Amino acid sequence: MEEKLRKLREQSLQAIRESATLEALEAARVKYLGKKGELTAVLKQMGGLSADERPRIGQLANSIREDLAEALERAKTALGEKALEAKLAAEREDVTIPGTPVTMGRPHPLNRVIDEFSEIAIGMGFTIAEGPEVELSSYNFDKLNTAEGHPARDRQDTFYFDDDDQVLLRTQTSPVQIHVMETYPLPIRIIAPGRVYRKDEVDATHSPMFHQIEGLVIDEGITFGDLKGTLNELVHRLYGSDLKTRFRPHHFPFTEPSCEMDVECFKCHGAGCPVCKGEGWVELLGGGMVHPKVLAGCGIDTDKYSGFAFGFGSDRLAMFRFNISDLRLLFENDVRFLEQF
Amino acid sequence: MDLSREWLNDYTKVTVSDKEFCDRMTMSGSKVESLSVTGAGIGNVVAGRVTAMERHPDSDHMFVCQVDAGGERELTIVTGAQNVSVGDMVPVALDGAKLPGGVEIRTSKLRGVMSEGMLCSLGELGLDTHDYPYAIENGIFIMREPCQPGDDIKKVLGLGDSVVEFEITNNRPDCLSVIGLAREAAATFGTALDVHEPQVKGSGDDIRKYLTVRIDEPALCPRYTARMVKNIKIEPSPAWLRRRLRASGIRPINNIVDITNYVMQEYGQPMHAFDYSCVGGNTIVVRRAAPGETLTTLDGNDRKLTPNMLIIADEAKPIGVAGVMGGGNSEIVDDTRTIVFESANFNGTSIRKTAIALGMRTDASGKFEKGLDPEGTIPAVQRACELVELLGAGEVIDGIIDVVASPYVQKSVKLEPAKVNALLGTDISRDYMVQVLEKLGFTMDGDDILIPSWRSDIEHYSDIAEEVARFYGYDVVESTMIRGKTSQGGWSEKQKFTNRLNALCQAMGFNEILTYSFGSKSAWDKIRLPADSPLRQALIIQNPLGEDRSVMRTTPMPSMLEVMATNAAKRNPAVRLYERAKVFHPKADSPLADEPTWLVLGEYGGKADFFQLKGCVEAILRDMRVQDVSFAAETAEPSFHPGRCARITAGDTVIGLMGQVHPLVCDNYGLDHGSFYAQLSVEAMAACQGPERTFTALPRFPAVSRDIALVCGQDIPVAALVDTITAAGKPYLESVQLFDVYTGDPIPAGSKSVAFSLTLRAADQTLTEDHAAETMSAILAALAEKHGAAIR
Repeated sequence: MEEKLRKLREQSLQAIRESATLEALEAARVKYLGKKGELTAVLKQMGGLSADERPRIGQLANSIREDLAEALERAKTALGEKALEAKLAAEREDVTIPGTPVTMGRPHPLNRVIDEFSEIAIGMGFTIAEGPEVELSSYNFDKLNTAEGHPARDRQDTFYFDDDDQVLLRTQTSPVQIHVMETYPLPIRIIAPGRVYRKDEVDATHSPMFHQIEGLVIDEGITFGDLKGTLNELVHRLYGSDLKTRFRPHHFPFTEPSCEMDVECFKCHGAGCPVCKGEGWVELLGGGMVHPKVLAGCGIDTDKYSGFAFGFGSDRLAMFRFNISDLRLLFENDVRFLEQF
Repeated sequence: MDLSREWLNDYTKVTVSDKEFCDRMTMSGSKVESLSVTGAGIGNVVAGRVTAMERHPDSDHMFVCQVDAGGERELTIVTGAQNVSVGDMVPVALDGAKLPGGVEIRTSKLRGVMSEGMLCSLGELGLDTHDYPYAIENGIFIMREPCQPGDDIKKVLGLGDSVVEFEITNNRPDCLSVIGLAREAAATFGTALDVHEPQVKGSGDDIRKYLTVRIDEPALCPRYTARMVKNIKIEPSPAWLRRRLRASGIRPINNIVDITNYVMQEYGQPMHAFDYSCVGGNTIVVRRAAPGETLTTLDGNDRKLTPNMLIIADEAKPIGVAGVMGGGNSEIVDDTRTIVFESANFNGTSIRKTAIALGMRTDASGKFEKGLDPEGTIPAVQRACELVELLGAGEVIDGIIDVVASPYVQKSVKLEPAKVNALLGTDISRDYMVQVLEKLGFTMDGDDILIPSWRSDIEHYSDIAEEVARFYGYDVVESTMIRGKTSQGGWSEKQKFTNRLNALCQAMGFNEILTYSFGSKSAWDKIRLPADSPLRQALIIQNPLGEDRSVMRTTPMPSMLEVMATNAAKRNPAVRLYERAKVFHPKADSPLADEPTWLVLGEYGGKADFFQLKGCVEAILRDMRVQDVSFAAETAEPSFHPGRCARITAGDTVIGLMGQVHPLVCDNYGLDHGSFYAQLSVEAMAACQGPERTFTALPRFPAVSRDIALVCGQDIPVAALVDTITAAGKPYLESVQLFDVYTGDPIPAGSKSVAFSLTLRAADQTLTEDHAAETMSAILAALAEKHGAAIR
């Protein structure tokens, strides 16, 4: 009997090993471990054994049953994994097929640049100020030290709404400086992005409506060095800290001293190319110390307070930033253009 | 302003390279725009003498010349020109020579004869007969300049001068002159400034016997200075003078005209020369034009003058528009014998307005309009007379007429080194400041800085700070960060609101557009605004760039439709666009405008329909927490499809409009009829914004779903059914979701089927079957009673 059992063990384990499908495995289980199975049949004959043989054979039979059960379980898991693998292999997708499109809108490239700049300025403690676009001459010119008779006030440069040239479309965001100085508590630290209007015919670099960003800082002891430091910081955060800048003298009626800030040419990095007209530098913005006449005109004590202001064309900034060749594209709003940014 | 460096060296010797010159002048405040070198395109062209010539064997119009060009042997050169003779000195382009315009000359065969170069005309050297009046236009340049065969032509013709173009800011008209820039250069490079005082010998006689000058408008003409020259001999100017004018971008004409231009360039003081024989009554009057007066100016145009314009007149008639252009009636001509040099000071604004009104901005008016040195008239007229004597152009009559209508008073400002340093953030010594100022022509009187007459832009210590800083070096001033209280930056609530709107629109696939704030009145008709619409009350630009940009927009609709039309015309199949558009309404109590902002959505193509767009509008309103939103049919908006337009309100506040664009409006813009548009008032949305949302506990008990399909009259709005269901479903009805609206077979005509999915839930227990059944029968009863709606 013992011999029979050992033989059965060999046969059954082999049968399990050779089962290639779950069905074959189940058949093997039924054949050996089922109610009418061969092992079961052997065990049924246990009663005919002698008392001292019974425990030994019984133990052997049990261990064979356990071995078989374990082998069955293992084989079942292995076959299950194999079946899953085969199923997954059959489900393979071409991952190079594009995904289901999700349509996202884009910000206008100009507003993207304005928002980027605003975020940087906010990080440096600035708030965002706004002002009217239909403006009084007194705010657009007089209070900015641009007296009657100044060429900028000519009807060929500025759009007017009345016969006396008192109401106009602002030609610069600088009048926001005046509104802020007249109404904000000191100290002041603002930028003011907005639309401005000048009587320029439309071409690749001109538009009767364009955009500027103005900046104004008023506090005790503000210096020209602070203007340089602040503008360098803003530009470095915008374009990276390795960008070289330079400040050179210039003239604006409402700042004194005045300057223009150049940045190293984006294209040639200073070597000179058509973009920078061979200079190696590209003019970025204008600024200066707020003219004491302007401060005093807004009721600010010039013995105690000083400040600086700056301004630049954000359309130009966007054109630089995205390498846009023609200003007209910004206002044409062709979706094939808008979706590029 | 084009500056010849050769000319500059007459006043201050600066020997640095062109690059260094340009860089340092820019950094001290005289911004260089460009640099060019005269004759830059010319290379390997020399003077040569024609020693022999014969007809070309195979051509009836060409010559074969032997030319001594300074080399070991003579060159054989073929020319087609007919004006060359043996013995002529001519420019010879040698093998490998370069000529302006990128032309290169090589030894080559011309009809079988080897030509070792080319004889050049003026044009081929980039010159014309204004540069060399003795030469002819169509032919070889037969040179009269002193030179030897083999001399570099650039040297012979005085080319190779560096010309620097400066951008001069409005506050520095003094720098629109060689001397003004020499003063800046001397201060920049530390070189000596040598401005000589013009010396005029004179020839006896007395100007007072010839001329009287009267100024009737002292405010417009503070000063008028004149000198006279007799026995004038009109001829070309010498080469050096012509060359300097040419380098400065001025065309040489004749000696007298050239002298006035030369002095204007050198001193910055525009001059004019009148033919004395044409000054009636021997009198010059500076006055306003009388109504109806006219003058033919030097350019041959007839000018209508007005009393706003200052003119130069003789006893009876205008002979020049002051500071702008002389009259043809007193022009210098070949037989002019006696002339009057005018060197005057005019009010800049008056000159500018006159020049604009007449549509002729000249070199002179461009200088005058910036306000010139009131003390500059005498040196300029003296320099002109000095040049007359130098050129032998005539005899200068003794005496100067100098009428001063408003005397110049020198101004001063205190030197306050501490204030200057405080403004700049520097520690510059007083001595350094004085040194800079003196170099620029300021003089010190104790602590007072006396301002030179040509610097009317200086009036305040901040101006002094700029003068000091630009020579100390803007780049030397240390960059610092703002000290003092740190401030909290950030977006305002309103800006955050707008930023969120942007994010929402973009997330839903709308691309942002930017459009002009002004448009045309015709846009009102295109969107079918009624004649009495208040939106036709607009701010009108008085001096627009054409009618189509003359009206400040009162509605954002035309801009959006134009952009949609542009995209349609470019065959973009589907667009979703949005804009934050400011509009402008006149105010009753102020000259300024009310400037509200609309959020505008526009869409065509793809799946665009009313409900697509409405879904977006609802999503926006929900996200922005706009309270009590409802949509009501709007049949009377002429821009919209009368059956597909909704007025959007929040409580009693109108938020905006949305719908399908009226087909007639679409036609006006060339748009497909399937175009949809919405406008939402940003201000109204912000005003109706509810409080920040707070947490509501998640339901702990399961919900029961019930779907119902009703048949009701076709005109009953879904919103009314929903209201009835909501009211009748209390307290267990949690939500109502429309899932189908259907008309057609088998639903009888005039009726529709509407299907809803209802969710019922109790807050404190699992909803029982009884409660659900009770709620549903209450709802169905209410629907039947109020709307005659029955279960399908």
